[in-house]
Amino acid sequence: MVKISIEHFHLTYSDGAESLRDITIDIPARAISVFLGPAGGGKSSLLRALNRLNDLADVRSVSGQIRLFGDNGQTIDILDPQTDVVALRRLVSMVFARPVTLPLSIRGNLTYGLEVAGMRQNNLLGEAVERSLQQAALWEEVKDRLDEPAAALSGGQQQRLCLARSLAMQPEVILLDEPTSGLDPISTSKVEASLQEIKNNYTIVLVPHSVQQAARVADHAAFFLQGELIEAAPGPNLFINPTDKRTQDYVEGRFG
Amino acid sequence: MKIFISQLFDKERLITRLIASAGYSAILFVLLIFYFLISEGLPALGEVSLHSLLGTRWYPIEEYYGLLPLISGSLMVTLGATAIAMPIGIGTAVFIAEVAPRWAREILKPLVEVLGGLPSVVLGLIGFLILSPALRVNLNLATGLTAFTGSLLLAAISIPTIISVAEDALDSVPRSYRDAALALGATEWQTIWRVTLPAARSGVLTAGMLGVGRAIGETMTVMMVTGNAPVLANSLRMLFMPARTMTATIAAEMGEVARGSVHYHVLFLIGIGLFMISLVVNVTASAVVFRQRKRSERILS
Ligand SMILES: Nc1ncnc2c1ncn2[C@@H]1O[C@H](COP(=O)(O)OP(=O)(O)OP(=O)(O)O)[C@@H](O)[C@H]1O
Ligand SMILES: [Mg+2]
Repeated sequence: MVKISIEHFHLTYSDGAESLRDITIDIPARAISVFLGPAGGGKSSLLRALNRLNDLADVRSVSGQIRLFGDNGQTIDILDPQTDVVALRRLVSMVFARPVTLPLSIRGNLTYGLEVAGMRQNNLLGEAVERSLQQAALWEEVKDRLDEPAAALSGGQQQRLCLARSLAMQPEVILLDEPTSGLDPISTSKVEASLQEIKNNYTIVLVPHSVQQAARVADHAAFFLQGELIEAAPGPNLFINPTDKRTQDYVEGRFG
Repeated sequence: MKIFISQLFDKERLITRLIASAGYSAILFVLLIFYFLISEGLPALGEVSLHSLLGTRWYPIEEYYGLLPLISGSLMVTLGATAIAMPIGIGTAVFIAEVAPRWAREILKPLVEVLGGLPSVVLGLIGFLILSPALRVNLNLATGLTAFTGSLLLAAISIPTIISVAEDALDSVPRSYRDAALALGATEWQTIWRVTLPAARSGVLTAGMLGVGRAIGETMTVMMVTGNAPVLANSLRMLFMPARTMTATIAAEMGEVARGSVHYHVLFLIGIGLFMISLVVNVTASAVVFRQRKRSERILS
């Protein structure tokens, strides 16, 4: 089942360079899709288009169509200026490369999104906190210190907190832009494990920080090079027998 | 070769000495000023009884040295200015840093700097010629030279300081904080209120303190527009009547007082009071900022 369909998507920043050219790809529901490729390929730009976070950047023009098929049967035209971006971002959540904890307590970080969405009942908020921390494999480590400042956690814990913060919102899609690039191998494997855990209920789009990570977690993979989508294939295929020479060179580590 | 090295060594030493003496002389000057203030001001405590210093009449010619009208005048004008300047200043900073489109920002920022550079006498003149008549007519007052007029002008003087310092603080909040809040479905205002402002709070606080500091020390403008009547402020109504601040009193009367007289000593006593107040404000400000910084450093490390 397709969750997000991207058709003929172009994106140009205000410096005039076309950062994404004619991208057409379907993102399957309840699976992990990875966007990989060398620096500057446009992976982050595409990811940020999916929840309209690009609105804030110096984007000159976008064209094409991106549609989100909601669980309630509704179709959302993401690029439509009329689309309610706040509602969209509650459906399409994002975790960034560097963990960004808000200047609040651990609990405050988790409930912030729900509170601004209007949830006030303490028991529901408490449930959301525990559930999301469990899913992000962080509950055991922080359950006794929920009221401490989030910034007092270690980097790896902070990143899992950010993941939990997204999960607390119960979005349908979670975007992760190199979420483990600053983490040690143990924290990285914890994050990857919890992604495996939650992928049955969420659509996950991940920009991995290495080809190895991509190969480990991908159910579907897409290779981007200088603004173009070179090749997309179900997980292992892209790594085992890529059809394009450039993809092959990249996944075999001949350039990075 | 040997000579060369020893010459070099002498030069190093000379420079070190020069810099050190510059540093020490700054300390020396502050101590001298303090000594001067004390030696000229403290005798007043022996010459005028504490009871009379705490009186409600300031009328030096007849030997009434009650300081309460001056202190209350200063308080009223300064607090009024703070109450006006803080919301406007911080609001404007938020607008410039977070909301305004780029072209508006590029006009507003230099404009604020220009406003900040206006000599206070010029503002005083505008206040005297335009603001105070306008207030008299519109608020139906006996005179437009009131504590409120002073507050308005002091606010105008401190607002640019508050804006530019607070705006810098907001600007230095990492982009990623905003992205994170927005990605959680917060609106632009919720992001500003719950994330950006709290993250910048020590800078915003400093901005407020600097603004207040400017308002307390300001003399010229206040003297020109507050009417200078040393009346005790015992009700809110007094805000719309003439008032006299401590700074204005010193500036107005120091020129015509006999050196070494009781009046002269009392004026210096007021000076000591001002010195203490600004010391307290500054120490509090830096203590608060320091505490905040230590906390956030602990948190961010
Ligand atoms: N805010 C921006 N303004 C102007 N140009 C931008 C902006 N963000 C990205 N670009 C440009 O768009 C292109 C794609 O950038 P993007 O960050 O999407 O690549 P990426 O694939 O995520 O790279 P990386 O692996 O380094 O994160 C780059 O050429 C970059 O210079
Ligand atoms: Mg990127």
